[in-house]
Parts: sequence; structure tokens; C-alpha cells
Amino acid sequence: MTSPLTLFDKLWAQHEILQRDGESLLWVDRHYVHEGSFHAFSQLARRGGRVAEPELTFGVADHYVPTRGRGQPIANPEIARMVSDLEKNAGDQGIELFGLNDPRQGIVHVVGPELGLSLPGLLIVCGDSHTSTHGALGAFAFGIGASEVAHVLMTQTLWQKKPKRMRIVADGRLAEGLTAKDLALAIIAKVGADGASGHAIEFSGSAITALSMEGRMTLCNMAIEAGGRCGMVAPDATTFDYIRGRTFAPAKEALEQAIEDWAGLGSDPGAPFDREVLIDATAIAPFVTWGISPEDALPIDDHVPDPARAQSPERAKYLLGAIDYMGLEPGMPITDIAIDRVFIGSCTNARIEDLRAAAIVLAGHVSKVPGLVSPGSSAVKRQAEEEGLDQVFRAAGLEWADSGCSMCVGINGDQVPQGQRCASTTNRNFRGRQGVGARTHLMSPAMVAAAAINGRLADIRSLKSDKN
Amino acid sequence: MEKFTRLAATACPLPTENIDTDQILPARYLKLPRKGEHGKVLFHDLRFDAERNERPGFPLNRPHGRAAKIIVAGRNFGGGSSREAAVYALFDYGIRCVIAPSFGDIFAQNATKNGLLTAVLGEAENSALLLALEREPASIVTVDLVPQSIACGELQFQFVMDASRRDRLLNGWDDFDVTNSFRKEISDFKGADRKRRPWAVPHRRDI
Repeated sequence: MTSPLTLFDKLWAQHEILQRDGESLLWVDRHYVHEGSFHAFSQLARRGGRVAEPELTFGVADHYVPTRGRGQPIANPEIARMVSDLEKNAGDQGIELFGLNDPRQGIVHVVGPELGLSLPGLLIVCGDSHTSTHGALGAFAFGIGASEVAHVLMTQTLWQKKPKRMRIVADGRLAEGLTAKDLALAIIAKVGADGASGHAIEFSGSAITALSMEGRMTLCNMAIEAGGRCGMVAPDATTFDYIRGRTFAPAKEALEQAIEDWAGLGSDPGAPFDREVLIDATAIAPFVTWGISPEDALPIDDHVPDPARAQSPERAKYLLGAIDYMGLEPGMPITDIAIDRVFIGSCTNARIEDLRAAAIVLAGHVSKVPGLVSPGSSAVKRQAEEEGLDQVFRAAGLEWADSGCSMCVGINGDQVPQGQRCASTTNRNFRGRQGVGARTHLMSPAMVAAAAINGRLADIRSLKSDKN
Repeated sequence: MEKFTRLAATACPLPTENIDTDQILPARYLKLPRKGEHGKVLFHDLRFDAERNERPGFPLNRPHGRAAKIIVAGRNFGGGSSREAAVYALFDYGIRCVIAPSFGDIFAQNATKNGLLTAVLGEAENSALLLALEREPASIVTVDLVPQSIACGELQFQFVMDASRRDRLLNGWDDFDVTNSFRKEISDFKGADRKRRPWAVPHRRDI
């Protein structure tokens, strides 16, 4: 009898070409590049190399693209050059590109699954840490740096040391109005921003299987914020239903054959994990971050930490620094935090389900603060407009823009001004992430909508009861 | 790639946890081409104020921090974004080794590809080293990759590192050369895999 294997063990074994010196050479099934991948293309050019497998490589313009004025030339010359360099590199190397004005354009981690390029059982890499997102489909997906991007371009392989296996089991039903984002922030608060360092995370349990594909993507997206090498969910009927009919996914008999293979990928009963974390999903409240790391997350009805009560002088110093940067008072109720603007977007929370969740809360209300909504992809934008969601956001006073990484990382110019505070559906509340001196509070799309209506961080649960 | 064997230099203490790659290299400098000049923007917003004056309190701006080749930081150094330019910034500034209780996985991987050593110490040992540097900022820290040792005055520690990453740094190996020696294995794998997992190739409907 063979010993039971985890989902991750199976994925690893299926991609291992050989072992050497404690590392494995792995085969890469999908490689996504973007306009920020220029260092890797420069390395390729310097070595006089060619892309080994252009058919497995796809380009997307997302990180730097403007979210207004599509169809017109890009105003910023540096950004215009980066986007045209991507077009040139893709053209020269025979890589299919979803460029700025392509109807399939969007954020790479939204587009990959949406087009059926990201599938169960695949090894997927991209020069972006949030590549963990694609693990939602039961793929082994992780972010890599420029040198590794160059290596994949030239060889379609990567040298990796096998990470340890960590299982995060979330059982029970999430309370009404709560989402994968609340679950993700609760997990990160529990394990820490480096809690899963060196580990491949498998999310399982009844709260996970109950999530939609969009929810699973949000959760796996945030696996990197817990320090995980990757995050994944075993493929099941929800996964297969999602894949059916997507552009690049297998169809008909090929799909049925694939589903048969994919159905066997889940962890075997009794498969060993190096570490296990249990979460009671029923006990989770809406979560928001107060500080400068995603681990600085608390239930909305809690209070900003008091450094005077910290466990150690180092911890007190960290808390003081975070509180000072964020412009907060120790011990203040989190619902007393007034905001200056909101942002709904990013590879974490800008899929159609996310926009619907925000629109349901916003409908019939006016936002007390300005804000920006940037759909996760051009396809999501079209669908949202068909459903009239854009009208809800506009009526609430928010700006409805095009798709890109936008205000999550601010490099396209969509930034939170110095000293301002933003309720954001994104993934990182680092110092200066959304702009120099910007203050970011992470939360779910529904919670961002609730914050917009109230002008301060608000509990989605009390908002709902107010309506009754 | 530059080899790393042994380094004796002054070390700059950065006793803060969660120094993410956005702090090491703010996103607005990601557009910079690789010309060996990323060091100028290392820790930019922590090092400089809005008028680009040095912030005197930032450790790298102190006399012994300026010439440091080693940084000793808090846990989770280099977490966050996969930007390899964070490593370029440290390297171009002159840093060859970062010591911390834990590192972001992608950052540590990128460091290995660029000749930057990431040495993992236990929390208590790391705190002791930080304390020693606060007391004696001129102290020379000696990092030896062969025995995986760190010495500073009376302090003597062993650090943790993956064997494969250690070998890469010691030998200055180039991954491409190593991988190219396995061309046949890669090609054989691809052939067998296409039969084993026919669904793994993008399905392109006839256009």
C-alpha cells in the first residue's frame, strides 16, 4: 500500500523532473508575465536567449496601466514605454498578450482563472507574490522574482526546495455578511505575517468548501500575507463548475478526462501535515486591519492595541510605531476611526462577487467620502455594467474606472494622498503602500461599502440590523 | 554571480519586525532599470523625508550604519512583494548579508540569486546581537558561510540556511548553466508529461 499523500505532495511529485543537492527541478505549466517583468526580459536579452515555451507563457498589462482614458495614448511616458516594451517582448517571443486595449485585459490573477488558463493540477508562476491566488483551483501557484522569471522564460523550469506542508482547517459556517476576506484576516492575525513561512498551505474544512471560487481566490491570494509559499484548496464540484466553458480550458471529453484526474488530487485521508491550524469559522467577526502589517488585524468591535500592555518592549515599540504612522490613539474603538476615502479593487477583491457584495450594501446610499472602484478585469467590468452595478457605485458618488492593479500598489498614479486614510479591499496595509504617507485599512468589499456610508469604519452586522 | 564565503564588516541594526519589500524599495522606484544604482533609493522613505533630507534617527544614517555591509533586522524581513529590486537596492548599497529571525520566502530566494546572504538566527540570539550593536556600533561582525557562524565580540552563533542556497552562494553558481546540463531530462519529462496530463496544455479552440 502506498502511504497517503497531501494535495501538495501530489502536485509536487507530478512536476518534479529531478532532484539535486536538496532541491528539485520543477516543470512549469503556466507562466504569466506583466509589464513589471522587464528585468527578466533584459536578462533574457543579455543571455541571448529565447522563450522556451511561448505557448505556456501569457502576458497581461496590469501593474502600471491607467484606469482612465482607455483607448487613448498613455500620458505618462515611462509607463507608456513599459507597456509598449511588454508588447514588443511578447511579439518578439511569440507570447500571447492581453494588452491594454484587449477585451481580455485585467489583473493577471483575475484573468488567469477567468480565461480557464489556470486549472487544477497545474504549476503556475508569475513575477508577483499574489500568484498564490490561482491555488484556489487546486493548483501549485507561487510568486517569483525577476531572476526566476528569466529562468522560467528560458527553460520552463525552476529550482525549488520542497516547502513544508501546513493545513489550515476552518470548520463551521461564517456568519451572514462575512466573507473569505474576514476569514483570511482572522487567519493572518492568528498565525502572523510570517506564520506560514516556508510552508505550502492547504485550506480545508466546511467553511472553505462552502466558499465560491471567488472566495477561495481571495483566501489563497492572502496566503502570501501569512508568509506562505502558496495556498491551495482541493478541487471539487465548485471548481469544475467554474472551469466549464472557459476559453482556454479543456472542453467535452477532454474536460471529463481532466475532471477525473483532478478529482483524485485532494489530500488522502490520514496524509501527514507538518503543521495544522484550526479555525472556528462560526466565531469570526468582520475583520479589519488597524496597523501596518496584515497581521495587525482585529474584529471590528475591538480596540486599537495599547502599547502599555504589550508583552515585551520590542512589541511595544512596534505598536507605538504603527499607531503613530496610522494616526490613531491607543485603546480607541476601531469603529471610531474616520476615513478619508475608499478603494474597491485589486487581485484580492475585485471579482464580480466582490462588486456585487459592495453594491448590495451601497445601494440607495451616498458615500460620505470619495472613492474609486476598479474592477478586477475588463470582463468583470462589462458584467458589472450589464448588472447595473456601475450605476450603484456612481449614484453613491464613487468613481467607476477601468481594470488594473490601480490603488492597491499605486504605481499607475492612483494613490491615496499623504496622511489620508483609506478603507480598502486590497491585500497590504504596509507603510506607504497606497502612496507616500497613506494609511490603509484592509477589509472585505461589504465592509468598505459600510465604511463609505458611515464615513468611518463600521460593523456590517449593525448596518444590516439598522435596515430592519 | 558574486560568491560569498566570509565577510567581516560593520553591521547596521534595524531592530524592527515586518520590514517588507515596499519599505526596502518603494514601488515608485520599480521602474528603474538595472544599472547598479538601486542603492540610492534603498529604504527611501524610511531614510529620507519628503524634501529628501536624511532622517537622523534612521540607523543607516548614523556614522557606522553608512558603511555597513551587514544588516541585523527583526523577524519577517523582506516579506510582501516579490520585487527582486529590493535585493538590488541592498546589494547596490553595499549590503552583502542580512541577519534576522525570519525572512519572506520570495525575498530569501531572490537574495540567493544575487549573492546576498540571508542568515537566520534564533530570536534570542538575534536580540543579543542587536543589543551588542546598539552598545558598540563600531563592532565588527564576522559572518562565515562555511561553518555558518556569526561572531561579534564575545558573541558566537551558528545560523540556519538551506544547504542548496549555501552551495549556490559559496560557488557563485549560475542556475542557467546547471539547468542547461539537464536539457535531456527536461525534454524527456515534457514528452512523458504531455501524455500523462494532456489537459495541462492550454486548450486553443480553432480560430
